[in-house]
Amino acid sequence: MADFLVRALLGGLGVAAIAGPLGAFVVWRRMAYFGDTLAHSALLGIAIGILFDINLNLAVVICCVVLALLLVSMQRRRIIATDTLLGIMAHSALSLGLVAISFFPNVRVDLMSYLFGDLLAISREDLWWIYGGGLVVMLVLIKTWDWLLAFTINEDLARVEGVPVNFVHLLLMLLVATVIAIAMKIVGVLLITSLLIIPAATARRVSNTPERMAATASLLGMVSVCLGLLASYQWDTPAGPSVVVAAALLFSISHLLPNRQ
Amino acid sequence: MNTTPLISLDKLNLHLNNRHIIQDVSFTIEENQITTLIGPNGSGKSTLVRLLLGLQRPDSGTISNRSDLRIGYMPQKLHIEPTLPLTVERFMKLAAGSRRSEIEEALAQVRVGHLLKNPMQQLSGGESQRVMLARSLLRKPQLLVLDEPVQGVDVTGQIELYELISRIRDKYRCAVFMVSHDLHLVMASTDKVICLNHHICCSGHPEKVSNDPSFTALFGAKGTANLALYSHKHNHQHDTHGDVIVDQPCKDHDHG
Repeated sequence: MADFLVRALLGGLGVAAIAGPLGAFVVWRRMAYFGDTLAHSALLGIAIGILFDINLNLAVVICCVVLALLLVSMQRRRIIATDTLLGIMAHSALSLGLVAISFFPNVRVDLMSYLFGDLLAISREDLWWIYGGGLVVMLVLIKTWDWLLAFTINEDLARVEGVPVNFVHLLLMLLVATVIAIAMKIVGVLLITSLLIIPAATARRVSNTPERMAATASLLGMVSVCLGLLASYQWDTPAGPSVVVAAALLFSISHLLPNRQ
Repeated sequence: MNTTPLISLDKLNLHLNNRHIIQDVSFTIEENQITTLIGPNGSGKSTLVRLLLGLQRPDSGTISNRSDLRIGYMPQKLHIEPTLPLTVERFMKLAAGSRRSEIEEALAQVRVGHLLKNPMQQLSGGESQRVMLARSLLRKPQLLVLDEPVQGVDVTGQIELYELISRIRDKYRCAVFMVSHDLHLVMASTDKVICLNHHICCSGHPEKVSNDPSFTALFGAKGTANLALYSHKHNHQHDTHGDVIVDQPCKDHDHG
């Protein structure tokens, strides 16, 4: 197999594995729109990275984290309804990113690859980001799993029982931001949320505990990556969207199976 | 036995949206005592519970807990997203450091042991309240805080739940602070009643509160008549209320 295909497979599998449990939280806490907003802001991160000549992966992580913090603080102050706020932030950040990139006539930026991902162009360095970042996220998740779960079930109850709710809320946002930043390479800004929520939604059909749903979501995401890459190799379709189509197919198939709660 | 109160609230005040929700509220919760908070809708009952639990900060006033106070809390309603697969067992396990045997014992205590493997979302109102009650027991609380524990439960179920709460108090020797709409149902199983309408209108022994003019003013004569009827049943036949009580049913039953 060609080197670039091996790297694509490794990168895709790494991202899918970590997107599983985070995707489950995105589904449970109805954060899909929040994820979308962060993803859209990733493009702004690229522009900032080019402008200040810093590592693009790092710039995207920083941009997502800053936006997540901004969102949390604005949400707390209840300036406007959350979905309106997210809508404003998502499209402003995306447009700002597009406008900013247009200011660099000398730098050729492959917009398509950022918007829809370029799985086949994953470099050795990208793999380090995916596995390094993924490992950190996974460790934090394991360490704080019960807190995150208690917080998701009922905030007041969690607080009375001694869970540091504000910290956990922030932590979850930061984890999602990190995963989005590292997943961008695979499926691109516009499709990241799908990699988070579709496998998780599929996993719901066959899971009776939160842990099983998270693990199944990882597994289904990894299967989608394999299927998507295979299709891409076979029929020369774009890799990122092929992965998403595979995930959506699995979701549809799961709905043909009898429901098992 | 330690005689300092579990919690004492001193001159609490809170404004929300320019409304003076809580006005100069002071009281204490003593060990092993059942306190019931009653009041009309919008009188600040739930807000007071939030203050008591430290979920909301007062504008002024102080709340002091006895050191290392363990509180078991049962929220008014537990909405769990249908997308979150959660069995009763997993929900119980989430309470810090509980073993299988303890979980089973707590569930059996509130008579829902058979629900261990059921998804939380499929429980009825009463079952869900009992599971939450069992879960709060896992923390071996010194104080149980129950926000409208019988909400969404039919009347027979309500009486059962209140009896259960009394039994739990006796068995676990914990204090209980609960919010209720209906004094007539809780009267038998409560030691102290606090009647709230932003400020404390009256408080004390349930009999005393039900005869208090400010209580009558708040709940109207009809509400008090119900109470009188209830306490009458549980007192000696020749009560001072006797005349009123005997009269009323006769008016309704001309044929009798």
